[in-house]
Amino acid sequence: MGKDWGCELKTVEEIKAAIEAAVPGAGVSVVPNPSPAAQHSLLIAHERAIEVAMFLRDNPELAFDYLSNVSGVDWLDKEVTEKVKVTKPVTKTVDGVEQTVEEIVEETKKHVVPGYIESVYHLYSVALTHGPLVVRMRTANRVDVAMPSLTPVWRGAELQEREVFDLYGIVFTGHPDLRRILMWDEFKDHPMRKDYVEPDDFEYEPTAHDEVLKRAQEHQSRDQRSEIRDQGSSAG
Amino acid sequence: MSFAVTKTEKLEGWNRPPVVEPEGEGELLEVAMGPHHPSTHGVFRMDVTLDGERVIRLKPVFGYLHRNHEKIAEGTTYLASMPYTDRLDYFCSLSNNWAYALAVEKLAGQEVPERAEYIRVILAELTRVQNHASTIGFLLQEMGASGTPLMYAFREREKILDLFESLTGSRMMCNYMRFGGCRVDVSAPWLEETRKVVAGLPAFADEFEALLTGNEILMARTQGVGVLKPDLAVNAGISGPMLRASGVNYDIRKIDHYGIYDRFKFRVPLGDHGDIYDRYMVRVLEIRESIGILNQALKDIPGGPVMDPKAKIRNFRPKPGEAYGRIEAPKGELGFYLISDGGPNPYRYRVRPPSLINLTCLEDMCLGQNVADVVLIFGSVDIVLGEVDR
Repeated sequence: MGKDWGCELKTVEEIKAAIEAAVPGAGVSVVPNPSPAAQHSLLIAHERAIEVAMFLRDNPELAFDYLSNVSGVDWLDKEVTEKVKVTKPVTKTVDGVEQTVEEIVEETKKHVVPGYIESVYHLYSVALTHGPLVVRMRTANRVDVAMPSLTPVWRGAELQEREVFDLYGIVFTGHPDLRRILMWDEFKDHPMRKDYVEPDDFEYEPTAHDEVLKRAQEHQSRDQRSEIRDQGSSAG
Repeated sequence: MSFAVTKTEKLEGWNRPPVVEPEGEGELLEVAMGPHHPSTHGVFRMDVTLDGERVIRLKPVFGYLHRNHEKIAEGTTYLASMPYTDRLDYFCSLSNNWAYALAVEKLAGQEVPERAEYIRVILAELTRVQNHASTIGFLLQEMGASGTPLMYAFREREKILDLFESLTGSRMMCNYMRFGGCRVDVSAPWLEETRKVVAGLPAFADEFEALLTGNEILMARTQGVGVLKPDLAVNAGISGPMLRASGVNYDIRKIDHYGIYDRFKFRVPLGDHGDIYDRYMVRVLEIRESIGILNQALKDIPGGPVMDPKAKIRNFRPKPGEAYGRIEAPKGELGFYLISDGGPNPYRYRVRPPSLINLTCLEDMCLGQNVADVVLIFGSVDIVLGEVDR
């Protein structure tokens, strides 16, 4: 393969150091990629993301002037089970006398690691023909889903960020024209999210059969029942 | 490596399309071009605001062909998405196959045998020739040259599709490449037939150019129309012949040297003005360069296996990680971004569609132009709706 210049971990570390020198408090960290592609990425914080992006684009030695690809990725909430050692007072009968003794007990604890939605930017340099540099931003959780738009820096993000907004629901603040792009405007959900549930689509299938027919019949009988109930209540 | 630290300047490159004011006191007309319009190459809509003949606003509307290809791919195995990539840009199914195979090979760290690399180059360049020829044909069709240029292009395309059919079993939905090689080997008669077809291509290019390049109507309709400035083109992520027509020397075959492109001698044609004529010219010259690559590849193709013997077909589970692989498809930079969680299905499967991203600057190119030129500007972008909407 050719120059996978931006991929090497060492180079990514150097870019991180350069960003931190130029934009104090940028909040950059390296996300290693264990696959053979070894395209390691930089995770940047929301607060100074625009400044970091401007630095990556305008620094003459980096010159990432070409934003190739913007992808949304959904990571669900994870329930993590851990075994934790806790010291606890335990009542014991020692030599016929009841005593409270402190003992180390192993306990399984469950806690939820909040998931997040991230948007991943693949940057190249047309001027210096290197790349890719992978930059990612993450939301804090899957409910509060705003992050700064990088469209002001690279216009190549315009349609792609609209797509991420449409399919993942990330609200890009500062985007000039944030509307749905692929789904229709009245659509409510974000279909690329991992917990998206497809609606019954038998209504759109002219000759429903098999599973779809079964679902349709269940649905219809449910509708009829509720209709009868409605009529009964209105008559009464 | 060290980096000079520069101060971040003000936000530049905020390349929004300018606001065009109507002239005079005439009434503005809003026209919805599409979704069913012969010039939109499928189902695509442009909401155009007109001041007389002049375009003062244009908003593209996408999504009529959306089927959430990416979600479907997340629900199946890696290999099962291969036939589906044919349906993205259905003019260039073999390029799509290659881009996807390249991304998965990066993700899983697979090698490709040499003969398979040569076959890939041959098929990708044949795809490029037929795509560029038909694009020009369609462009001329939209210009009013009913039939002749398009039929010339389709006559040549037919020969190439026959080659695809005899090799892969399908004319357009080829589903030919695999992770770590190709599905079947090419036969000696097939190579002979390909050599014959390729030997006839320069004559076709000459004939095509004799018909078109100096044509007065073509020049009058295209020169200086739909100009795209190089700095805007780079900032907006434009790729492929459109980017090169604006004078930016960026061909991924030369930059990444993916596959075995570093072994071939070819030039990258560049435009001067970034107008429709340059896009036409760049495509014609790329056909000629592709013929050169084809001749070299058909001369040098070695023997050997077409599939890496270590490649795993069943129970294919790449290690957790991610990879972005891209190629220079006929339409532009086609990339696949894959995330594996160690399972048999990709956790995330993203297509970087050149057709969609090349439309970012459609409004910029059309503003101030006549409404009749919108059709030509749109045609010169070269899109396929299967890839725009996915």
